Amino acid sequence: MSDSFDQISQQLKSRHRKSSRLKYFSMGALALAAAFLLVFFADMLIKGLPAFQQAMINVEINYTEDAAKSGRAAVDRDFSSVISRSVVRTIPLEMRNDPSLLGTTQQRWVLASGEVDQYLKGNRVRLDDEEKEIIDHLVESGKVEMQFNAGFFSRGDSKMPELAGIMSAVVGTVMTMIVTLAIAFPIGVMTAIYLEEFAPDNRLTQLIEININNLAAIPSILFGLLGLAIFINFFGVPRSTPLVGGMTLALMTLPVIIISTRTALRSVPESIRHAAFGVGCSRWQVVKDHVLPLAMPGIMTGSIIGLAQAMGETAPLIIVGMVAFIPDVTASFTDAATVMPAQVFTWSGEPDRAFVEKTAGGILVLLAVLISLNASAVLLRKKFERRW
Amino acid sequence: MNSQAPQVSEQQTPAVGQPYTRNQEACHDLSIRVRDLNLWYGKTQALSGLNIDLFQKNVTALIGPSGCGKSTFLRCLNRMNDLIPSVHTEGLVEMDGRDVNAVKMDEVALRRRVGMVFQKPNPFPKSIYENVAYAPRMHDLVSRKADQDELVEKALRDAGLWEEAKDKLQEPGTSLSGGQQQRLCIARAIAVQPDVILMDEPTSALDPISTATIEDLMDRLKQKFTIITVTHNMQQAARVADYTAFFHLGEIIEYNDTKVMFSTPAKKKTEDYISGRYG
Repeated sequence: MSDSFDQISQQLKSRHRKSSRLKYFSMGALALAAAFLLVFFADMLIKGLPAFQQAMINVEINYTEDAAKSGRAAVDRDFSSVISRSVVRTIPLEMRNDPSLLGTTQQRWVLASGEVDQYLKGNRVRLDDEEKEIIDHLVESGKVEMQFNAGFFSRGDSKMPELAGIMSAVVGTVMTMIVTLAIAFPIGVMTAIYLEEFAPDNRLTQLIEININNLAAIPSILFGLLGLAIFINFFGVPRSTPLVGGMTLALMTLPVIIISTRTALRSVPESIRHAAFGVGCSRWQVVKDHVLPLAMPGIMTGSIIGLAQAMGETAPLIIVGMVAFIPDVTASFTDAATVMPAQVFTWSGEPDRAFVEKTAGGILVLLAVLISLNASAVLLRKKFERRW
Repeated sequence: MNSQAPQVSEQQTPAVGQPYTRNQEACHDLSIRVRDLNLWYGKTQALSGLNIDLFQKNVTALIGPSGCGKSTFLRCLNRMNDLIPSVHTEGLVEMDGRDVNAVKMDEVALRRRVGMVFQKPNPFPKSIYENVAYAPRMHDLVSRKADQDELVEKALRDAGLWEEAKDKLQEPGTSLSGGQQQRLCIARAIAVQPDVILMDEPTSALDPISTATIEDLMDRLKQKFTIITVTHNMQQAARVADYTAFFHLGEIIEYNDTKVMFSTPAKKKTEDYISGRYG
């Protein structure tokens, strides 16, 4: 005799309970992960956004004879303690470059010192009461203002927090990534094409495959050591440069590009290859005219993700000397440079309170670049994805 | 093993290594001659001791139950089996007096003369025009754009697709219906003017109407080309083929004029298969 619906439903109850329990567990896990991410982003935003604002003070600069010797003489004594040292330092230089300035007076917005900036942002500072009074007075008279910190995006690093910017790190990152991509992309793609389309399936190729897969799991600092030993010590590539950094990161990115390219090649249906062979294509024509165009979105996505990974890498670059103090924007591939995560790392070690927000600000810039890179990978894939 | 068609017994066909000669009784020229062909997938033998003469400007159907080796044999004729690393062949496949498996034979040259149409329509993910124009351009058959346009039109006309496709040549080949895609694949194959067209169950993925269209097409194409088709549909073989070879377990059991084979099969196995007792 078969069971009635009621009996079956009865038996199913505990199964349904189990499956809904599992659903709630997985939803909980998702919620937890989302919460962590939210807290992280919120924390970075709260800490980092002030870095994009900078206190400016409107001062009168007198280009006097004395000022040509010591910039301090150019501004009112009250102001000299609240404006950035960088301002007074550059006055004699300005006058030397433009002698006609002598005897003139300018009213100008200049950088406030880091301490003043922090005071105005409500952080704990080492100013005495007298200085605080001056600032409060200036604020009342409208001579102090929070302005958009354009300098953060246009200047290099500095020991003075109000002067420190991320530009040299951005340029360093771009140059390093150019080197990385120029090396890793062609080598990686060609390697993958050989392994996937040409290589016979024998012990040797299997060994190579296993090793490439393992390479992707090697701690990145070891690549740094390799870079130091091979590129710097053996080949004599100048240290701290985008060239050596890019080469080191290329080693790291290679397995990622190879693996993603192979996956992309493998996802091209075999029927397309057969069709191409069937009309008399040589192996290379099959790859070049039919397989590669179809695999390209996947290859590009993988490469961009590999590049984004390399961009966030710090450890191997410490070893090749790219965690460096770079006040001036790097001009060539063989000049000393730093990269964004290394800049963040440098700032995080600065004792000055004002560097906390710089650190968080640097992280925000890095995150923005990484997110836009990943977004472009998704867009590329969407745009070039073709059906067959 | 008497696997040659009775009217082309060994005495009447030219000796191995000789170019085409006319066979008086059959009134058909030899296209491909196969002698003692054996094929292994790894250690498993898939074809054993095949002997067959395939004739020009005819449709030859290869029939037999699944796994009997008919598709494998078809792929021997343009060396598509080379793509499978574990495959090992022995024996002679001779075309135009040349051994196609010889070291000196370039498989690209062979495939230029022996085109192929696959089971599932597989147009390139390119435009209809490009699908047809690609191979002739690659083989340097055309250089001027006008010649190329002409060749594309001719191939599409021959494949019976021109009227349907002429207004959307730049649309992707994959936008066509299944039957049209298969005709596009045929156009692609005939665009390089091959001698032989291999068809590997060309209609098995198609509806009956598309199938009928392709069958008509095969009937017309045999004016110009030698067609060798694999089919699991015996009615199709009876309808379109001039000659039929019955494969079973990697051997050719019977090879004969289609009408003769379907009316008076010489072997019990053939009769059982044709009458639907297995397969």
